[in-house]
Amino acid sequence: MAILVDKNTRVLVQGLTGREGTFHAKASAAYGTQIVGGVTPGKGGTTHEGWPIFNTVREAAEVTGANATVIFVPPPFAADAIMEAADAELDLIVCITEGIPTLDMVKAWEFLQDRRSRLIGPNCPGIISPGKCKIGIMPASIHKEGNVGIVSRSGTLTYEAVHQLTQRGIGQSTAIGIGGDPIIGTTFVDALDLFNRDPETEAVIIIGEIGGNAEETAAEFVKGHMKKPVVGFIAGQTAPPGRRMGHAGAIISGGRGTAAEKIKALESAGIRVAKSPAAIGETLAAALGTPPERRFLQTTTDQGQTTA
Amino acid sequence: MKIHEYQGKAILKKYGVTVPRGAMADSRDEAEAVARELLNSGANGVVVKAQIHAGGRGKGGGVKIAKSVSEVGELAARMLGMRLVTHQTGPEGRIVRRLLIEETLPIEKELYLGILVDRAEGKPVFMASAAGGMEIEQVAAENPEAILKQYIDPGMGLEAFQARKIAFKLRLKPHQISPAVQFLSNLYKAFLDTDASLVEINPFITTSDGRLFALDAKVNFDDNALFRHPDLRELRDITEEDPLEVEASKYSLNYIKLDGNVGCMVNGAGLAMATMDIIKYAGGMPANFLDVGGGASSEQVAHAFEILLSDRNVKAVLINIFGGILRVDTLATGVVEAARKTQIKLPVVLRLEGTNVDEGKKILMNSGLNFVVSDTMKDAADKVVAAARGTLGVTEWR
Repeated sequence: MAILVDKNTRVLVQGLTGREGTFHAKASAAYGTQIVGGVTPGKGGTTHEGWPIFNTVREAAEVTGANATVIFVPPPFAADAIMEAADAELDLIVCITEGIPTLDMVKAWEFLQDRRSRLIGPNCPGIISPGKCKIGIMPASIHKEGNVGIVSRSGTLTYEAVHQLTQRGIGQSTAIGIGGDPIIGTTFVDALDLFNRDPETEAVIIIGEIGGNAEETAAEFVKGHMKKPVVGFIAGQTAPPGRRMGHAGAIISGGRGTAAEKIKALESAGIRVAKSPAAIGETLAAALGTPPERRFLQTTTDQGQTTA
Repeated sequence: MKIHEYQGKAILKKYGVTVPRGAMADSRDEAEAVARELLNSGANGVVVKAQIHAGGRGKGGGVKIAKSVSEVGELAARMLGMRLVTHQTGPEGRIVRRLLIEETLPIEKELYLGILVDRAEGKPVFMASAAGGMEIEQVAAENPEAILKQYIDPGMGLEAFQARKIAFKLRLKPHQISPAVQFLSNLYKAFLDTDASLVEINPFITTSDGRLFALDAKVNFDDNALFRHPDLRELRDITEEDPLEVEASKYSLNYIKLDGNVGCMVNGAGLAMATMDIIKYAGGMPANFLDVGGGASSEQVAHAFEILLSDRNVKAVLINIFGGILRVDTLATGVVEAARKTQIKLPVVLRLEGTNVDEGKKILMNSGLNFVVSDTMKDAADKVVAAARGTLGVTEWR
């Protein structure tokens, strides 16, 4: 099952002819993802690395039967690319691009409201259902097919969590990076809701960071609706107020959006929060009630003795 | 990007937002000249305002009122070059290099206006409160119903009826409503046109003769949109920023200086924050936040390493990389290059994972340099904190 993407997902790449687009389209295809074509305005009718290129998303979707797209378009044009994909009525739009102006995203967000497409991102690593489909820039090799869902605002921290799980022999149903920008398409609550209804997902990891109140809203949802164990981690416990920590959305302002507040909200919703980023896998294993013999193995991994 | 009050007011004025008469001065002579002109053309008094990128200037002694040209001269001489400490500057304060010299106005009421993008709603929000002059966060915490939030449909913009609603909420007088609608519309237009991330007027005042003014102005721009505003980019004042942060921004590196002694270099903002956290859990304090980004080149990594080391507080370095797009061998090449160039003496702990990790480790091992390679984040943090304290045993090296 997994959520949102699987073996049947047919993916377009907007910006396929660019360096990033080419590199990641090839990596996704090598993983087994059905990459069916690309969109680069002005290059329609040509082929690139064997894939047909189209001028518009609508045309590409009609010809290839694509139902999803991944966007590698530079920031000044990325919001427009999102709107074009929504206008072509694709089910899923994954926007990797980092650095889109906020007011451009305000417009794109408004445009998406009465359309059927789901947006993931922008400024995110994408989505992967291990063994089935990878749309994005995450390293494929660290993943393992399984039953834990992961949703995160941060890219490399998602890899860290996935890696810790895989090392313990715990696989993932789907891992989604929702992105570090103030305005994003898919939220924690959207992803939690999907994982909650997915029979293949047995537990969920939510990885948040300072800034905004998305984690607090997620905690409310977990308290009221979630039927599966949820484990959390919040990055930025040592971040000073008023400084933007890399992500446009990661800033403590006016004393709000601190890690302490968020951890408190998650814990009050019954979520087990890993205090240290090195303990995410361990905390999830404990929530799943992993058998003791496996737990012993994990302890040694924590000491760094079993890995080369 | 932050700008000074005088720059923000100049922009707002262009959009028809009424601001007090005045000008920037960076010397005593200039300050006196501006004051003379204001006093000769009807001003009752003159206010001298220190221009730094931080709030709370009044309480710190950075805003003073004068009645004569000579008084302005004395104030200017005292303020220029002084270290102004406010609750937003930290204990080190900021050096005052420029002043805004303005006419004083007969203040009747102090109100609050702010525009920003509400992330949960995905649209701009106009905030207004009759409690001006105060920190809006404090008002929001103590008396949230005192703040009116008017969400704006981005397709429509600020409609006249919405602007009227704000004006009435501020309890303006009937004859002030129409000028207020104009004022608010102009303010919103300035916000949109400049891709601002924040426009805050605190206080927005009414005068005893019924006029409306932006008495203060805080305007911040969306860094991601500066590519389409070359004129606004010019307003950046790098003397207000940390020199190492300015250096880092030249190479598109995301660096923020902090107070600890463990330097860290990480790829990805979330992992960088988490690395700072785990250093603290291990009993140390991070010296900085540094995200080298997803697709850094070995040159960028080398620059990042040099910037990290030019912070004199740094006693040990932790490099934590989870290679995705950024390949670990690229990172390793950059680190070795920079380590040779800077002839580094400090202990460096590396924790590497992801794409091309084995090639990366090989480059480090064959470099002949003194690196400690660690396999988990926790182990790496423990080692680097011990190294910063000088208690990492010699046997643990390599």
